[in-house]
Amino acid sequence: MRIEKRAVASRRLQLAAPLLAIAFTLGVSSLLVAWAGAPVGKAYALLLEGGFGSTFAWSETLTRATPLILTGLSAAVAFRARLFNIGAEGQLYAGALAAVAIGGLHGGEGFALHPALLFPAMMAAAAVAGALLLLGPALLKSRLGVDEVVTTLLLNFIVLLFVSMMLDGAMKDPTAMGWPQSVVLQEALQLDKLVARTRVHTGLIWALALAVALWALMKFGTLGFQIRAVGANARAAAFAGMPVGWVTVKVALLSGALAGLAGAIEVAGRTSYVTLDMSPGYGYSGIVIAMLAALNPLGVVAAAVFVAGILVGADSMSRAVNVPTYIADVIVSVSLLSMLVATMAAQYRLVFRRAAHAG
Amino acid sequence: MPGLRRAFFRPPMQPDTVLRLRGITKRFGSLVANDAISLELGRGEVLALLGENGAGKSTLVSILFGHYVADEGSIEVFGAPLAPGQPKAALAAGVGMVHQHFTLADNLSVLDNVMLGTEPLWWPFSRRAAARDKLVATGQRFGLGVDPDARIAELSVGERQRVEILKALVRGARILILDEPTAVLTPAEVESLFGTLRQLIEQGLSVIFISHKLDEVLRVSQRIAILRGGKLIAVLPAAGADKALLAETMVGRQVHMPTRRPRTPGATVCRLRDATVVAADGRKLLDSVNLELRAGEIVAIAGVAGNGQQALAELLFGLQSLSSGQLALQGRAMPARAADWVRAGVARIPEDRHAVGAVGDLPVWENAMLERYAMPVFSRAGIVKRAAAQSHARQLIERFDVRGTDAMGLDTPTRALSGGNMQKLILGRALVGDPSSKQPPTLIVADQPTWGLDIGALAYVHQQLLDTVARGAAMLLVSEDLDEIFALADRVAVVHQGRLSSARPAAEWTLADIGLAMAGAEAEHAH
Repeated sequence: MRIEKRAVASRRLQLAAPLLAIAFTLGVSSLLVAWAGAPVGKAYALLLEGGFGSTFAWSETLTRATPLILTGLSAAVAFRARLFNIGAEGQLYAGALAAVAIGGLHGGEGFALHPALLFPAMMAAAAVAGALLLLGPALLKSRLGVDEVVTTLLLNFIVLLFVSMMLDGAMKDPTAMGWPQSVVLQEALQLDKLVARTRVHTGLIWALALAVALWALMKFGTLGFQIRAVGANARAAAFAGMPVGWVTVKVALLSGALAGLAGAIEVAGRTSYVTLDMSPGYGYSGIVIAMLAALNPLGVVAAAVFVAGILVGADSMSRAVNVPTYIADVIVSVSLLSMLVATMAAQYRLVFRRAAHAG
Repeated sequence: MPGLRRAFFRPPMQPDTVLRLRGITKRFGSLVANDAISLELGRGEVLALLGENGAGKSTLVSILFGHYVADEGSIEVFGAPLAPGQPKAALAAGVGMVHQHFTLADNLSVLDNVMLGTEPLWWPFSRRAAARDKLVATGQRFGLGVDPDARIAELSVGERQRVEILKALVRGARILILDEPTAVLTPAEVESLFGTLRQLIEQGLSVIFISHKLDEVLRVSQRIAILRGGKLIAVLPAAGADKALLAETMVGRQVHMPTRRPRTPGATVCRLRDATVVAADGRKLLDSVNLELRAGEIVAIAGVAGNGQQALAELLFGLQSLSSGQLALQGRAMPARAADWVRAGVARIPEDRHAVGAVGDLPVWENAMLERYAMPVFSRAGIVKRAAAQSHARQLIERFDVRGTDAMGLDTPTRALSGGNMQKLILGRALVGDPSSKQPPTLIVADQPTWGLDIGALAYVHQQLLDTVARGAAMLLVSEDLDEIFALADRVAVVHQGRLSSARPAAEWTLADIGLAMAGAEAEHAH
């Protein structure tokens, strides 16, 4: 038996790969559930029900999916250009902080502007904050060849410390009884709820619209063409006359802006102020989601809902059958790994040798 | 030279068989790479394996050397069956292989390279003295003198090839497979290789010589096996065969050798004055180069790889800026911005079509507009005009006979095309240029435009280039293939260590002159 590479990856297999990957993931995770001493079937049923089983479950899943879609898009566009932005977490916090700086500081009301002007200013500030945070690593990469994985990853810690400093200092909420949290965003700037008595907010519409816009840009736009060409073969793109360094910078601005918006929308739609634990690793999960979606912006939406549903479902499942919520992290990570393996494997075929003739 | 051929090798006295392939079949999916190939190799014989790219030469040799396992068929070496799929077994049976791309460690000595992999790892002491004696003795026996202590990095390409051959011989090879051995050699080095081959077969070794150069095959081999589409089409004695017959048998149809129309050079299109390019480490890649390219004329740059032709081509691709000197296109100084060169009507054909010429993961139609996607023909307000781009690609595919897009159409990923078809796409993209103008390109810069192409594709590329020059384009050809240079060029210049000789009419150069100049003899004259 030998493994040979296919000349052109089979389409049918490429579609079947994610399904196989999910099946494999559930198999592996069920071993862990059984190990924790819980009934596997019931645990999965509870997980599904908790994530997708009711209006409330859906509302929680979609609330959780909103920032994940945005960080997923951020990673998807950057990775497509081979700019490995691991810094979405930091960019998200930078965006959140910028949003509050525009819309919450200055006497708790933000700048003295009509909300119709202040709201776009707040979103723009968040996008710019995220974009600028990624601009440095992108310039270092294209000018000096500095590895952006290292710089963006390390920037996350710097940003978190900076946020911590601001929450205990300049942006501290004086009415928070000493808790490290920022001032609250002006009421008029907060996003409306989509469904009454749930937490799901209009930020979801923003995220979906941005996903469609990014998909269209990648498919029909010259910038999308540049991004795909530079990412797939930078030398050929440069030979053809594409401004490779400039494309990298544009991608960085776009990716950072999306992650920054994730922070602003999270503040305006859910928390209304910044805390150090407002993101349970949305920036990092965005990478997983982008990979699960094979860097397709519309796929990012599906992958984000899937991951959010698992996270939400695992919460309620763990309460009912006493399996640690870490099972959600395991499921998400194993699904990423098996997804990567499955898409790789779809490019190969197994050949069974007829033994008799080859002597 | 053809007269020499008959006297060149004495036919073996008794052609007893050392290697026998029986009914070798290898499939890759639906593709039959080798179809029931049966072949014999005699003692003291040079057998040439001739065929286009994809004819199955490499697959056959890979099966013989144990890299692949045949689906059907068997191999006998010196009368004993050869275990399939084991390079070690092939080596032990006396089959040695010299790959086109050398497998030597540059930072080790010749002796180290020859010993590499021959000693058991658990044995604490290296038997260098014995290995050195064996290496020196083998070198003397076959007339392959190489200093055992020289580092590979210091050796010329010809010497490295000798080390590869020695490596196989020291390990006891009696059957030597040479894969495109002359592709990287200068004419003098080719002569020396042929001398080595003569010694090998005089001492009873056998050689399988893989090539697509018909002249060489006719000169060096006694029998010629021709593969086409995975099938063994014919095995001919070299004596009495001629080039046209071989080419036709190989391609399976008549090959139209390129025809040159008479042309007269026109105005100067591009001029280099004292052009110097200094690398980051201070080395001069180009040293005070003067060159004039005129409309309707082909100037070829000959030279051993790595002597500055890369920098020269990149200057005219718009990728490299001058350190000093002047570069003017149609009287205008040009910056090193590829997009500007494209806009000025320069048709650019890079050396490495996979890494530089095309984005393999993108579909054929997007690669067809890769250089001009930002121009109004193909986009407006940041949106790609899909219909225009696709119809342009369709026209290129039709006009330049790009094959391999039947199954998936314009969305075929470009890397799925064969090398020849990818080159036709790049050629078409460059020569057609702006689809809204009917003008020929002002300048064609072609860096090894037929590297690795089979004879059919090669003839096609040459014809297209000649036709475009006849319509008034100037052309710079960079090539390591002297046959190509003399087939196309009006004037030829030789580059050696960054210095360019004056470009003299092609007819004034003899093969010997050019060989000397490539080795740097003329540069010494000049000093």
